[in-house]
Amino acid sequence: MIVWQKLVFFILCTVFLSACNDQVLNNPYPTSPEDQQAVLYSSFSGRPKHLDPAKAYSSNEYAFIAQIYEPPFQYHYLKRPYELEPLTAKSMPEIHYFDAAGQLLSETSTSDEVAYSDYIIEIKSGIQFQPHPALAVNQQGQYLYHQLSPTQLTNIQLLGDFKQTGTRELTAADYVQQIKRLVHPEISSPVAELMKQYIVGLGDYAQTIKDKPRIALKDNGINGVEVLDKYHYKIRIKGKYPQFIFWLAMPFFAPMPWEADEFYSQKALIDKNITLDWQPLGTGPYMLEENNPNLRMVMLKNPNFHDEFYPSEGEPEDKASGMLDDAGKRLPFIDKAIYLLEKETIPYWNKFLQGYYDGSGIASDSFDQAVQFTGEGEVALTESMQAQGIQLQTAVNSSTFYMGFNMLDSVIGGSSEPARKLRQAIAIAVDYEEYISIFNNGRGVAAQGVIPPGIFGYSTGEQGVNHYVYDWHNEQMQRKPLATAIKLMQEAGYANGVDPVSGESLVLYLDTPASGPDDRARLNWYRKQFTKLGIQLVIRATDYNRFQQKMRNGNAQIFMWGWNADYPDPENFFFLLYGPNAKAVHGGENAGNYQNPEFDRLFKKMSYMSNSPERLAVIRQMQELIRYDAPWVFGLHPKSFSLYHSWYHNLKPNLMANNGLKYRRIEAQKRAQLREQWNQPVFWPIVLIVLLLIALILPAIRSFQHRAKETIK
Amino acid sequence: MFNYILRRILYAFPLLLGVNILTFMLFFIVNSPDDMARMQLGQKHVTEQAIDNWKLQRGYQLPLLINQEVAGLEKIKQTIFYQKSLRLFVFGFGISDSGRHIGADIQQRMWPSLAVALPSLLVGLLVNISVALMMVLFRQSYLEFSAIVLCIIIMSISSLFYIIGGQFIMGKLLMLVPISGYDTGINAFKFLILPVLISVVSGVGAGARWYRTLFLEEIEQDYVRTARAKGLTETQVLFKHVLKNAMIPILTGVVVVLPLLFMGSLITESFFSIPGLGSYTIDAINSQDFAIVRAMVFLGSVLYIIGLLLTDISYTLVDPRVRLS
Repeated sequence: MIVWQKLVFFILCTVFLSACNDQVLNNPYPTSPEDQQAVLYSSFSGRPKHLDPAKAYSSNEYAFIAQIYEPPFQYHYLKRPYELEPLTAKSMPEIHYFDAAGQLLSETSTSDEVAYSDYIIEIKSGIQFQPHPALAVNQQGQYLYHQLSPTQLTNIQLLGDFKQTGTRELTAADYVQQIKRLVHPEISSPVAELMKQYIVGLGDYAQTIKDKPRIALKDNGINGVEVLDKYHYKIRIKGKYPQFIFWLAMPFFAPMPWEADEFYSQKALIDKNITLDWQPLGTGPYMLEENNPNLRMVMLKNPNFHDEFYPSEGEPEDKASGMLDDAGKRLPFIDKAIYLLEKETIPYWNKFLQGYYDGSGIASDSFDQAVQFTGEGEVALTESMQAQGIQLQTAVNSSTFYMGFNMLDSVIGGSSEPARKLRQAIAIAVDYEEYISIFNNGRGVAAQGVIPPGIFGYSTGEQGVNHYVYDWHNEQMQRKPLATAIKLMQEAGYANGVDPVSGESLVLYLDTPASGPDDRARLNWYRKQFTKLGIQLVIRATDYNRFQQKMRNGNAQIFMWGWNADYPDPENFFFLLYGPNAKAVHGGENAGNYQNPEFDRLFKKMSYMSNSPERLAVIRQMQELIRYDAPWVFGLHPKSFSLYHSWYHNLKPNLMANNGLKYRRIEAQKRAQLREQWNQPVFWPIVLIVLLLIALILPAIRSFQHRAKETIK
Repeated sequence: MFNYILRRILYAFPLLLGVNILTFMLFFIVNSPDDMARMQLGQKHVTEQAIDNWKLQRGYQLPLLINQEVAGLEKIKQTIFYQKSLRLFVFGFGISDSGRHIGADIQQRMWPSLAVALPSLLVGLLVNISVALMMVLFRQSYLEFSAIVLCIIIMSISSLFYIIGGQFIMGKLLMLVPISGYDTGINAFKFLILPVLISVVSGVGAGARWYRTLFLEEIEQDYVRTARAKGLTETQVLFKHVLKNAMIPILTGVVVVLPLLFMGSLITESFFSIPGLGSYTIDAINSQDFAIVRAMVFLGSVLYIIGLLLTDISYTLVDPRVRLS
């Protein structure tokens, strides 16, 4: 057989074997015993930048590390409003308040009296870390891989190449180690500066260790954070900061064994990209088996995971919806979670429909294919989705997107009556209901204030309405007519939108980093909203860096911004308008530089209060102030729509908890059956095309042969 | 020839230095080290102290090109340019701003890129030459006319359309191949079928027409007439004489792109979720990771220079009349 024939034969054999390998040809996963395992197939669109719990702060990073690392507390999976419960802690922390003289104060002490607060946390005994080479020891108890020799490194390319792994019990010192890590200069934690303001001694500690390597953290103590014994540790906070408990439910405060820093500090490993930022070490239900974020990330069930059980309490409707069917069962249910890189929404969506992903969001281009609105305005799945047994879940995100005014601006800012009326008029004219309908496919709720639904202080009904923008008619809110806004413009001195100084249309400037083709339609829409009032809106599109610079310098006039809750407390939203947080003045998160002494006074008062009718009353006062001053046009709270296949269970939106994977359950057999049913290959079009090509070429070949045989006559 | 190659390598140094300086200037006109720090640290709770600390840890606290605070040669050495860019000449890619070892990343990602690009090139070459030869063989027939029309139609359509259409027809409707994904070893085969097929189909219009032109040029030569006069058949003339002589421009055109195959294709890799180098630079630009941007631009330049050098050498191999001196 000549070479090319052998080659063709080889290719055909490979194609044939490849085809026989799977029952269906388009299965992107290798056929293996995994088909019968509870494996979750999901995706990610961009690689997580950090997996070190001291650095990670984005939702795509939390999707992984929240399954691996365990802070002392977590949010209850089912209960609403959101409620914290112990995770690795034995109970909720003991909190003691002290005055400046060190005298113990009562729980009801005011913030002015409290000089510092002690949080004493007891962790459960017997919790083990995941198997990891950093913890591997020999019979003499010496660590095997803390001082790797060149010989040991020869065959090491990945963390999995280490032959030995080890574990040890979680102790209070591991939590203290992590708090120390927050301020180490090599780590650059995004909350380092914030925590220095609250944790006693953290600022001084940062100075102490600034020139020392990470491995020195273990031997250098910190004033305000103390290991009391093997299972107890204490964190001392400056003053009274009730929201600190929420930080203790975030991965920033998850435990880190000192061995991890020692192991990962080896240069030879860093050169091979084996770092703590890439290969976590935790106590959680899962451990990262493969981290190749250019292709896939695979998490396996942690064999050392401690006892944790599915909750047996929830909201009243949870029982009927089957959310309590697994009550009391040991967690986690899923054996393996495979996250594949999918940068584009179209292939991702099609693979979801073929059953190769267990869940999916809904991109704008597939929205109509998935969802329809009923005559009553209710959201429902389309028939094709229902036929596949797909379920829809919706939830209003704990986020607020808004249009902000720079309160330092001479035209639109300040507390003068004309400026306030101008802002109020704009707030009426910019129709966010229309925006949600056009650009978000109806996925959003027009905001009435700074607090999103689900956070304490959010009110529904007439009480929750922004009366400066909406009217309440027939138990429904209605945006005020444009005439009201035009009247406000007149009162502000801009009759018909004419600037009395120039005698021409008032010109306002919207600064934005958005300049893509998709953004153009949005920006045009904003322009039209302002035109309703006779205002000429000039879009100043710039790159992201310049936009940030303008915001920092207070040079932007109008801008769009958003905030996603760190924790379920109104303080986490109102602080965006707190005077001392003004961005241009203090570099804080108050992007509009709003200043109102009364608001600031109420903010301080509200921050230290626990949720109660009194706190609600203060919150309503604050909402009223900002609705009146209108430093923002309260935009919208986005609504997420998620789709799930019928074999995927125990999904309840929990916008605060990121560690939901352990509660989820997959019916692997049902999935395998349906996948096979949905993906039977269709061959006849290929055969038809080949036949057509032959039919096209054959006459030409015949004609050529005929011509070649012709002789000169 | 050795002297020629050596000379070309020496020419490459000022060229690469120029590319390096240009990349450096362009990057830092748009981004400042402060912007880079903000991008890496995220958007929440970022303070000036945190930014200064980030810059200090990564060596971005230095001036860009000239350090006025020190004397002598240190003026040049104590700068971001010297510290970050010049090490590239010894292929010291270093650590990315997000903390990854760039050399290891490139090594890992170039193979999937090559796995798509090489079969696409070879199969594409084979198909393009075959179609071009067929057009020449059946010239002035309905088949040639149809093929030219088809080639123009294929050329007129955006490559994105082929990708989305290919995924829809082959992956979704016919369910013959996975829509997207990648795997290692022999398991990669089923994921490569569709991207290679699409790459070949989308390239056949331009490729076949270009090769057809080359073949038609050859077919008018005297030696072809002589071959025919000797009584050779049309297929013998075409495959033994015309193809051989037309291979010179084809080969040189192919050799120049060979080194660049490692760099991958942004759109193909993005739509098919192939973990190649295609999106590495774009992702780095988006995340303002200067370390990766400079490394990839430098690598691209080096590979392009190598490609040009190989082309020159290939001339001498396929045409004995050419001598490099």
